[in-house]
Amino acid sequence: MDLFKRLNEDVRFREGLKACMNCGICTAICPAAEFYDYDPRVLVTTVESMDNEEIESLLKSDAIWYCGQCMSCKTRCPRGNVPGMIVSVLRKVSQELGYFTESRMGRQQYAIAKTVGDNILSYGYCVHPSKINPGLHPEQGPVWEWIFKNREDIYTRLGANFDKPGAGALRKISREALDELKAIFDETGGTELLKKIEEFSLKKAHESGFEPNGTTEDDYFREVYKKNDHSGIK
Amino acid sequence: MTEAHQSGITGIYPKEIAADNYYYVRSCIRQNFFPGSETAFLKIMRNVLGKNIYDDAVHTTCTGIGYHSDIVPFETIQTVVARQFALMTEKGFENLAVSCVTSFGIYCEIVETWKNFPEELDKARVNLKKATGREFEIPRNIAHASDIIYKFRREIAKEAKYSLVNCLTGEPLNLVEHIGCHYAKMFPEMGVGGAEFTSVLSSMIEIWGGAVVDYPERRHCCGFGFRQYLIQANRGYSISNSRKKFESMEPYHPDAVICNCPGCTMFMDRWQYVIAEMENKTYGQGGRGIPVLTYEELAGLVLGYDPWDLGLQMHQVNSEPFLDKLGIRYIPSQKYSGKDGKIMAGPVIPACIK
Repeated sequence: MDLFKRLNEDVRFREGLKACMNCGICTAICPAAEFYDYDPRVLVTTVESMDNEEIESLLKSDAIWYCGQCMSCKTRCPRGNVPGMIVSVLRKVSQELGYFTESRMGRQQYAIAKTVGDNILSYGYCVHPSKINPGLHPEQGPVWEWIFKNREDIYTRLGANFDKPGAGALRKISREALDELKAIFDETGGTELLKKIEEFSLKKAHESGFEPNGTTEDDYFREVYKKNDHSGIK
Repeated sequence: MTEAHQSGITGIYPKEIAADNYYYVRSCIRQNFFPGSETAFLKIMRNVLGKNIYDDAVHTTCTGIGYHSDIVPFETIQTVVARQFALMTEKGFENLAVSCVTSFGIYCEIVETWKNFPEELDKARVNLKKATGREFEIPRNIAHASDIIYKFRREIAKEAKYSLVNCLTGEPLNLVEHIGCHYAKMFPEMGVGGAEFTSVLSSMIEIWGGAVVDYPERRHCCGFGFRQYLIQANRGYSISNSRKKFESMEPYHPDAVICNCPGCTMFMDRWQYVIAEMENKTYGQGGRGIPVLTYEELAGLVLGYDPWDLGLQMHQVNSEPFLDKLGIRYIPSQKYSGKDGKIMAGPVIPACIK
């Protein structure tokens, strides 16, 4: 498979990759380059080489998963390149081909699909208060524990329409609206992508001796969500 | 030189902001963590500014957090956005008022894509029609909700009950403004003042009596990073970014941080607590944090709204030092009241940050 050609099918790739002159300003401005062993300039150079083997290695590596999508690179590049958009396309193709399970950072997609993906299709929100379990979010502090426990009281006090039909903050999204959202996912490849993430992830989990049950409680979820050391995964 | 003047010098980002008749799209993060801000925004729009703004029950998430964490394909989010536009069109509106900076960036990116790649627009129309039977028009105007408050900042100033001035010294309060990357870094022309001299918040702060803190890492990301926060193992990235900003602003002794983006508000607030837990370091005075507010909360305080109606009790960093400097009277015992005024036990107070 010609991977460059595959990447180039996505309009964001064509929009994001002009001719890189290797000035490195993307790396200079990049928060991920500051805190991770990551260099968007090198990533763009690798892609630009059109070397199939190099691109395949990239798609199986942690390197494509460090970007925080702040898009500071878009503001700064004097040639109009957008490494952040190139990364989005690399991640898409890595997931479509199952390469993401070959890297520690890539494997984390299972946990994102199980949380944010489920929230979107079950509640109509990317984030829903009933799913922000203080146990998984200690960084939210004691104030969130208090909100989580008393959410109906607190949200109602602040004018939200919590979990009720009709307009307002945190309203219950109607069945009809959720069905439309699902139909959009079915029509446009959203459902297919979530399915692929799950299938490739479960394959990797089983190969490595995990016994996942497809929930946020399973052993593989905990492994990829919490751990920086994946030495137990083959 | 004032902030507004400085941005005026560039003179290349005169953003058009619709004057009335908005279709409001809510923010996942703001609804979860700062719902009082959206309540206050609608109250200001309707009761103070007399604007027509429609709050629709049937719109959903734009799926932006899923998109930027790569579990939602581009074609899918384009069609979800097309559905929001269809709902707007069906209700007879042309102007989109967006509560979320991530969503705002998404709407700008998609409309720009459709300009450059018309075949993507055609595809979105077909996909939406097939999936929902709906059709849509592209909004005539897309504004972030802060753009609208910015546009009417003078009208709000005329109704102000409080100025952003220290009531004891008479000096302007020092406020950090944090814009949020997706407001103007992707499309500088879509943000008031552009990416570097963004003036959407600084103009509000100045006209309401405050002073804007200029500090080296002013335009640095808060560190959300989407997957870098969503995954517990990656959160070191997120907190490191926020910490860098706090270290940079600390010497300027800010009285508060005002945020444009709901996610940034949450991170700038919560990471101060975590840094205090991890390093016993606090950035405010006397072992306190620096209060972090949304711009709607700031506007609400200026207009004399009760801090607990605005939802300041949902912040981990206590905002009382800021309220005291403003001379705002509040009832401490009401802070943790629930619906119908029921007084509840409050959260555990962490020892590491007052």
